[in-house]
This record gives sequence, C-alpha cells and structure tokens, in this order.
Amino acid sequence: MEMLSKIFVEPFADMVAAPDFLMQVIWEGLVSGVLYALIALGFVLIFRSSRIFNFAQGIMVVFAALTLVGLHAMGIPAWVSVALTLVVMFIIAVAIERIVLRPLVGQPDIILFMATIGITLFLVGTGETIFGGENKVMITSELGIPTGDVVLEPFGGFLLLQHLDITVVISAALLVCALLVFLGKTQMGRAIRALGDDHQAALSVGISLQTIWVLVWFVSGIIALVTGIAWGARAGVSFALEIIAFKALPVLMLGGLESITGAIIGGLAIGVLEKMFEIYWGQPLLGGNTEVWFAYVLALGVLLFRPQGLFGEKIIERV
Amino acid sequence: MNDMSPESYVTADGRTIGNVVMDMRDITLKFGGVTAIKDISFDIREGEIRAIIGPNGAGKSSMLNVISGFYTPQIGEIWYRGKKRPPMKPYQVARQGIARTFQNIALFEGMTVLDNVMTGRLTHMNASVISQALWWGKAQAEEIENREKVEKVIDFLEIQNIRKTPVGRLPYGLKKRVELARALAADPQILLLDEPMAGMNVEEKEDMSRFILDVNDEFGTTIVLIEHDMGVVMDLSDRVVVMDYGKKIGDGAPDDVRNNQAVIDAYLGVSH
Repeated sequence: MEMLSKIFVEPFADMVAAPDFLMQVIWEGLVSGVLYALIALGFVLIFRSSRIFNFAQGIMVVFAALTLVGLHAMGIPAWVSVALTLVVMFIIAVAIERIVLRPLVGQPDIILFMATIGITLFLVGTGETIFGGENKVMITSELGIPTGDVVLEPFGGFLLLQHLDITVVISAALLVCALLVFLGKTQMGRAIRALGDDHQAALSVGISLQTIWVLVWFVSGIIALVTGIAWGARAGVSFALEIIAFKALPVLMLGGLESITGAIIGGLAIGVLEKMFEIYWGQPLLGGNTEVWFAYVLALGVLLFRPQGLFGEKIIERV
Repeated sequence: MNDMSPESYVTADGRTIGNVVMDMRDITLKFGGVTAIKDISFDIREGEIRAIIGPNGAGKSSMLNVISGFYTPQIGEIWYRGKKRPPMKPYQVARQGIARTFQNIALFEGMTVLDNVMTGRLTHMNASVISQALWWGKAQAEEIENREKVEKVIDFLEIQNIRKTPVGRLPYGLKKRVELARALAADPQILLLDEPMAGMNVEEKEDMSRFILDVNDEFGTTIVLIEHDMGVVMDLSDRVVVMDYGKKIGDGAPDDVRNNQAVIDAYLGVSH
C-alpha cells in the first residue's frame, strides 16, 4: 500500500506542491530533448532520401565539434573555424557519396547500413589521429554564446534558465523551421522526399541520385555541427558524445523513421519524460541514474504496440 | 538524316506531323544470354502518336527503357534532334525533355498529388541550392512559376479535387492519371507511356484515351506509347511498331499493320 502510494500519489503531490521545481525539471528535459531531436533529424533526413539508417550520425557530431575546436586551437578566428568546419563536412559528404555509397547503389539496405558502421569506425580513427582522444572545451564564449543565466519567479518560486540553454533552444528551433520549409516548400526538398519514396520514378523526373545524396549528407553534417556545438558547450567535446547519439534511437522508434515532426516530438518527449522519471520516481524509488535506460524501455513499449512509431508510415502490403 | 521523307504532313483530323525527332538505329539489347531487343530500327516524328505493340515478353518495355535511358543498348545508336545521343543516365534523358510513366505506377506514395506533380517540374529548376534553402530570390519566383504550370496540368487532367490527397490513398485509375500529370508537368518534347491503360476498366480507359489525344492535340506533344489493348492502339495512334520476340515484325499506319500477315500470326490472330 505504501509502495503504491509512492508510485501513484506522492510524485504527483510533489509536482503540485512545488510547481516552480516541476517547471525547472521540464525545462532541463526540454533542453536535452531539443538535442536528441536534432540528432534524430539527421537520421531522418538521410533515411528519407536513401532508406539508409545512418549509424555514423553520432560520430559526425563528434567529428564536427572536434574539427571546430581543433581549427580554433590552430589560431583561426572562431567564426572562420565554423565556416571551415562546414567545408570539411561538405568534403566528407562528397567523399562518402563517391567512395562508399555510389559503388553500393542497388545493394540491400543492410549492406548500406554496415557501410555506415564502417564510416563510423573510419571517422573515430581519423578523429583520434588528428585531434587526439582527450577531452576538449567547446569555444563557447569565442562564438559569442552567452554564458550567464536568468532567474524567473513563477508561482512565487524559483526558476533558473541558463543563457546557453536558451540559445540552444532558439537556434535549434530556427534550424528545424528552416529544414521544414526547405523540405516541404522547395523543389530541392521535394526531390529529397521523392528519392526516398521511389528511386525509378525519381530518376524519370530528372533527379540526380548523386547530387541529392551529397546534399542530404551535407545537411546532416550541418545539423551535426550545431548539435556538436550545443552539446559540447554543456558537456565538453569528447568521443563520449557519440553515446548521446544513441539516444536518438529511442527517439526514432517513438517518432518513426520517416517523420520530421515525429523526430521533434519524440525528442522533446523523451527528454522531458526521462528527466521527470528520474526526479520523481527514479531517485526516490530506484536509486537514481535511470536516465541511462529509461528512453530505451519507453521505446521498447512503443515498439510492442506501434512498431511503425507514433508518426511513421504504416506499411501495408497488398497481397 | 534518315530514309523516310523528311517533309511534314497533315493528318486527316488536321494535326501537323513534323520531321523525325528521334531515330532509333539498329538497337540490340542483351541481358546476359538473353537478347531482349534484336537489331530494331524505327523513327519517331514530331507531334505524332507512335505506338509500340506486341505480345507479352516481346521487348516493348525494354525499348521504352532504352529510349528513357534506364537501359543502355549494347549495339545501336539513338539520334535525337539530328544529333547522336551519347550513353546517358535516366535523369539526363529527363532533362532533355523526355518524360515517362511506368507500367507498374511509380509515384511518390507518401507525398500529396500536388507535390507529386510538382516533382515533374524538377527538370526546370535553375535556382541554386542556397537560394532554395533560404527560399529567396530566384527560387521563390521559380516556385511560383512552377506552381502555375502545375495547376494548369492539374486542371487539364481534371484532378483538382484530389490535389491535397496523399497518393497512397488513391485508387488505381487515378494514380495512373497522377503519373501522367507528373510527366506532363515537365513540358516534355516526347512523352513515353508504358501501358497507360493496363488494369483499367472501360470507363477509365475511355478517359485516358481522351486525355492522351487531348495532350497531343493541345500541346503538340509527341507521344510514344506501349499498349496491350489493340482497339485502343488502332484508334489512338498514327503509326505502329509491332514487336515479337525482340524483333520488329511490322511498322506503319494502323490499317497497314492490321493487314500484315506476320502481325496477324504473332499477335492479332491470338485471341485474348
């Protein structure tokens, strides 16, 4: 009886008793959720245009962040480093298309998936060789990202918002809006979506496979850089960041692999839910550290009842 | 340039048929040990409706795939507008103004009818990626212009009421029409139709025939079509190529072909 009360009554009583603290928890969750969503977006973009599940998305985040920090360490001004990092991401996109994807056109999806694991290992190796494996500090202030905080007093309580987090949320929102417009309202965006739907038909309307693939890998490289800067500013730049990218997997299971809306809502939902679960249930009842596994268990539950995710396309095979 | 008389002429129903626009010369296509097309030559004239007919497995679709660049023949030349065409990828052929539909409908199922038809305008896209990403300048003007053209095509094919419907939800007959709309949106010089009436009921076939004739009449589009339904072919087309086992066994006006003994044996004689 006491146990039931701890699970079903006390957490909610706590939430009502301290609404300012609840808001703080939700805010923290939203900020990580935004980053999960960004990583998931990179996955969705590549999956939509080529049906490839890009295992390398996580390492691309690390690699982009490392390149940025590394270039700046060589004495290059911060914003020039950003531009140069974008150039590097573009070169990577072209190289991946030329060397890895083009020879594998028409192969089963699993082969392409394995190839992206190969890309991951290659980028890990190259990254460690060039930049070394030790932890680095993101050049937050050099990029002009504010580092202070604001204190709000909702319900007469106390709510602390880091300037950094606010910047992250706003820039992520802008990036997502730009992507939605690009994919939904431009011919290039239509070409990307079309290619994912039907290769033959896409070719017949004059879409070049190669151009589009370079384009989507580059765009997901840009997303990787933004994610890398944001996450690097909070947790430092190291290869451990790659682990965070795996959080995108439950996000994708929740949101569906094809849906941009799904990636965003899935990311935010997982960010908020895992934080709330940790604070209100995990720490008092399970000894904490539930954030490590909560998202995966949630995704497992979703898989049981809606294998296509909440927003994915249900595939109906006609016999 | 070719053996046929190059002069244009006017048909009985008043349409002008121009010079040869595409000339297929001695095309041979092999898949491993199988020869799908054996040494076939024929030409396509500007503004005509040219049919390719033949029994199952005759190589008709292979021929269409050769024209649209999906297959590259081992032997033979393709002359387009007086120039020999180098081996090309399908998207390059599409950019030359050759649009096509597929036998087993190849649409973008997850996208709306409008978006599907808009992809037909991709060959007319000039704005840079950056200007597109920012939806600014040239890209915006182009988008508006493309949209106008697409709305005309949608009007023309009478699919206004399903503009915003995802294609995956449409019945078969309408999907075929959307595919035709996408091809038409490209303003093609040559329109390739792979069995446009396969699997349709009588009413849908009549609609489709009417649209094909209207397209040809209204825009002067050259049309190459493959069809099983003999009645349809004879009514629609100006000239017919007959194929059987990868070889050409007849070529000429519908009436000539109808009376050709080899054709009767191979195809018309067989009831179906």
